[in-house]
Amino acid sequence: MSFARALLRNWTMALGIVLLAAVFLMALTANFVFPGDPYDMVGPPLMWPGEYEGALLGTDSLGRDIAAGIFYGSRVSLLVGFSSVAVAMIVGVLVGAFAGFYGGWVDDVLMRVTELFQTIPQFMLAIVVVAVLGPSIGVIIVSLAIVSWPAVARLVRGEFLVLRDRAYVHGCIVAGMGDLRIIFRQILPNAAPVIIVMSTILVATAILMESALSFLGFGDPNVLTWGTMIGMGRSQLRDAWYIIAIPGVALLLTALALNLVGEGLNDLLNPRLRQRKA
Amino acid sequence: MAATARRIPMRFIGKRLLHAVVTIFGIAIINFFLLQLAPGDAADALAGESGTADPEYLANLRREFGLDRPLLEQLASFLMRIARLDLGYSFRYNEDIAHLIFHRLPATLLLMVTSVVLALGIGILFGVTAARYFNRLPDRLISLVALLLYATPPFWIGLMMILVFSVQLGWTPTGGMRDIAASSKGFAGVLDVARHLALPALTQAFFYLAIYTRLLRAGMLEVLNLEYIRVARAKGISERRISYVHALRNAVLPLVTVVGTNVGGFLGGAVLTETVFSWPGIGRLMFDAMFQRDLNLLLSILVLSSIFVVLANLVVDLLYAVINPTVELR
Repeated sequence: MSFARALLRNWTMALGIVLLAAVFLMALTANFVFPGDPYDMVGPPLMWPGEYEGALLGTDSLGRDIAAGIFYGSRVSLLVGFSSVAVAMIVGVLVGAFAGFYGGWVDDVLMRVTELFQTIPQFMLAIVVVAVLGPSIGVIIVSLAIVSWPAVARLVRGEFLVLRDRAYVHGCIVAGMGDLRIIFRQILPNAAPVIIVMSTILVATAILMESALSFLGFGDPNVLTWGTMIGMGRSQLRDAWYIIAIPGVALLLTALALNLVGEGLNDLLNPRLRQRKA
Repeated sequence: MAATARRIPMRFIGKRLLHAVVTIFGIAIINFFLLQLAPGDAADALAGESGTADPEYLANLRREFGLDRPLLEQLASFLMRIARLDLGYSFRYNEDIAHLIFHRLPATLLLMVTSVVLALGIGILFGVTAARYFNRLPDRLISLVALLLYATPPFWIGLMMILVFSVQLGWTPTGGMRDIAASSKGFAGVLDVARHLALPALTQAFFYLAIYTRLLRAGMLEVLNLEYIRVARAKGISERRISYVHALRNAVLPLVTVVGTNVGGFLGGAVLTETVFSWPGIGRLMFDAMFQRDLNLLLSILVLSSIFVVLANLVVDLLYAVINPTVELR
């Protein structure tokens, strides 16, 4: 019950959940609401929102429905955002857990490698990976995972450094429990709240980076994304700015929703912080 | 209370230098293996895929990179080339790549420094104000603005600012660094560059402004509860002076590290900002290299930018040791 009450009090998190649910709903219903290909022409070009009945949010310079683009684009954003962070989580948790648990040279080696990846400018690295492997959804997911995992590894390592000295962990060691079991069954669940909070923020960052890649024209050419829409609308900035504004607002609201949910989860899952706030 | 400069032991500096060299070495190795991942052999990848490479050029590249030799030997020669800053030649630009990149560096540095100063200035103002009016209207408003800025794609903010300030209001040019018609000498030249710089610098600053504001607000809240602040209040020092002089000094320390680690982020963001505003820097060069599939130029930019980040981190490390006497010099 306290969860529900906290949720009510934390209206910003509720707002985030509602926005995020709306994005998921768009992704799920895109096929039914707009049965055609979002790249197809549906009406006259450059119709402002409300000007043409067939396209509520207007059409772009080739007569494509902007609303359809927003619906289909949400699929790519969510797919890329969540998949890349899932991959980054697996790598980051493994690296961070082993580094923090074992310490010593294992920690030294793993953290040196992590630092290396943090030193290379993130977005530039993502661009180069896409350049080397070719632009496709899979490659973009990999490239964003490559730039996202170091932050996870460092966070998880920090948590493990603290938690491994707790009495219950010593108890497990004395009881003869195996290292892997201690790491994944005993310590990891206790580090989970912080990791979950960070993952929501990372998904937001990944979605923004995907949009940046496709804005520059380095996205998967076979799918329509919000970043692609903004990139293609650039030449019409002067007389048809809604083509850019609408997908931009969609991106902003999605990233905002994830950040609000992340902050809300942080308040809920870290009671220490909540007390300090009150 | 000007503290005398702290003596930094040579051993500390030496250790940091060694660390930096090892990091650069590691970055070069990562780059080497990235190149190995490319389809075809490295010569095919380096020559680009647009079919401009003639067989003679390819044979030349293979010889130059020693692609017939074992992998470790190739790696060694790759590292030697980077150590000598011999990054090869870009046929598309008809220029030495190292020269091409260094030529573009000043524009990016100008953009970066301006945006950091802007972000720091506004971030300090916002962060201190938010902490002073904790949980009251100014704090709520500032936190909302920071949250919105953090969630907005920077390239989109850039485009929207062009729409408002260049297209609608006509205050600033839409892109570039200089007007061809304007005089490039003296004060008029500086003013011309400043007019072109305003929007891209603000765009770059916005994202970091959000981070700095949040960090500084949290830091100030922590510091404002400390004993010495209570003492200052008891002595009757004004709230404003306490905030900006007494508390800020200690709250701003963590920010120094963050600004340092953000350098890599700034360079990455520059690819977007410079593309949106046609700013003639490294980011724009990277976009063009990507567009023309000039993989060698692309990787060279990545290596040099990473080296630049390593150097920036080194400077911040040393600077931090100087300004924060409590840091342990290991």
